[in-house]
Amino acid sequence: MLIRLKPQYPIRPSEITPEGVYHGRRRFLAQLGLGAIGLAASACGKAGAPSGAPQPQAAGDSAGFKLDKRTDMAGKEAPTPYEDVTHYNNYYEFGTDKSEPAEYAGTLRTRPWTLAVEGECDAPGHIGIDDLLKLFPLEERIYRHRCVEGWSIVVPWDGFALGPLLARFKPNSKAKYVAFTTLYDPKQMPHAGGVLPWPYREGLRLDEAMHPLAFLSLGLYGKALPNQNGAPLRLTLPWKYGFKSIKSIVRIEFTQQAPQTTWNISAPDEYGFYANVNPGVDHPRWSQKTERRLGELFKRPTLLFNGYPEVASLYSGLDLRTYF
Amino acid sequence: MRPIRFTLWLKLAAWALCLYPAAALAWRTYSGHLGANPVETLEHGSGSTALRILLATLAMTPLRQLTGRPEPIQLRRTLGLFACVYMCVHFAMYLVFDLELSLPKLGEDLVKRTYITLGFSCWLLLLPLALTSTDGWQRRLKRRWKSLHRLIYPAALLACGHFIWLVKKDETEPMIYLGVLLVLLGWRLPWRRWARGILGAQTTT
Ligand code: HEM
Repeated sequence: MLIRLKPQYPIRPSEITPEGVYHGRRRFLAQLGLGAIGLAASACGKAGAPSGAPQPQAAGDSAGFKLDKRTDMAGKEAPTPYEDVTHYNNYYEFGTDKSEPAEYAGTLRTRPWTLAVEGECDAPGHIGIDDLLKLFPLEERIYRHRCVEGWSIVVPWDGFALGPLLARFKPNSKAKYVAFTTLYDPKQMPHAGGVLPWPYREGLRLDEAMHPLAFLSLGLYGKALPNQNGAPLRLTLPWKYGFKSIKSIVRIEFTQQAPQTTWNISAPDEYGFYANVNPGVDHPRWSQKTERRLGELFKRPTLLFNGYPEVASLYSGLDLRTYF
Repeated sequence: MRPIRFTLWLKLAAWALCLYPAAALAWRTYSGHLGANPVETLEHGSGSTALRILLATLAMTPLRQLTGRPEPIQLRRTLGLFACVYMCVHFAMYLVFDLELSLPKLGEDLVKRTYITLGFSCWLLLLPLALTSTDGWQRRLKRRWKSLHRLIYPAALLACGHFIWLVKKDETEPMIYLGVLLVLLGWRLPWRRWARGILGAQTTT
């Protein structure tokens, strides 16, 4: 049975930008006040949870997704406001400043878009984005998302589990890993520059990719992904640092050997293949013990596997310091 | 009469330029335009302003030599002190928002995080310069004042190192600052003496 849910975030005219900004200002100023009191009392814990419901804004053109179900997997925490999720991004093909992807990703063309699935599988094939959207019922999962840089957000992602999609292409017995590739087109990405070796590549062990938490996102907040968030399809791997959740995927390949991954090629001592969120393993240059949730004043402790212990069995017997 | 008024205008302009970044950040804080990560915006804003003013301070001596006018040197102390104020604000932000004033955490960062060690060393070197910047201290320290204030050179290098060590990958911005700094420091090398040495050597052979 398919339960048709309306996106839970109706955009009331009164809640578009100005009021969002107003809330944002009130929030930060209020937190500053609270923070000062907290520090003065030298018993400061965390600042209060962000007040004011998050509001999606603008983009009235793309119709909302029909969502089959909605699962909160972020412990009832309020999602980070849409404005922040879509204007504070790492997508280096569109510039290295957090604000640049929102500014420059408009040149990305997401239609037509074809995903190629190849390698060690019995049913390789190509699938267009609009067919992909109809392949499985869309569901929403609210996940925590932790960047390797030490900030984090809570996002309602819309899409479906990665495993069943991969299974359709019938990986064979030689398939041990899955490699993912982002589109690279200098014409659409004039701000890419030479910071990283393009195209952006990522990879997972097959059992990681088949884990029920591994998610393929096609939208967020009940609407198609904005370009800067990795339109038209991206991975969402909530227990790994954000750079593993590769954006704007054009190619998936089943492989026998561990695939090369972009950040690992670029700085092997700083970014490993696994990149599991782990407060016990610091980045060589900064600590991973704490993180700043966007919207909060102070840092909070980072949780092992970003608070998703259900993935721990994937790594039993693996030294997480060596395989960081 | 005229030269005094010109200096006054220059001083006002320097104050305005130095206060502008603080005013802009204050306004953005009040109006809610600090972006998704307000603490980061404030930390980066204060840090990069400190570095820019520090480089401006170092540009005053070359500017005096180029123009042959005394005004740049009259502005130098003001600029140096503003750089120090921004640095202290920057450090305070980090102490409050990143560490919640925990000294053990500061100790850990100073030992383990190269970029913090570098930034902190820079601050430590510049603090005595700010404290001894008054006419009184200048008189009391006599010639040693000048030697002491040469600490600004290693301090500026440490500040650039701090920036290079903290960026994730794209080092363009810190490298631009480092490039400007190297030009400003290179200017101070005794090129003329060296050139005379070489020319002298050539004429004697
Ligand atoms: C007192 C010790 C210092 C500490 C603890 C400190 C700490 C920090 C921290 C935590 C950041 C942000 C890092 C990030 O977001 O990943 C930062 C950035 C920065 N700091 Fe410092 N800092 C110190 C001294 C200085 C000094 C003396 C200068 C310059 C004169 C400086 C200039 C900068 C610059 C330019 C940035 C980067 C801004 C940007 O990315 O736009 N810092 N510092």
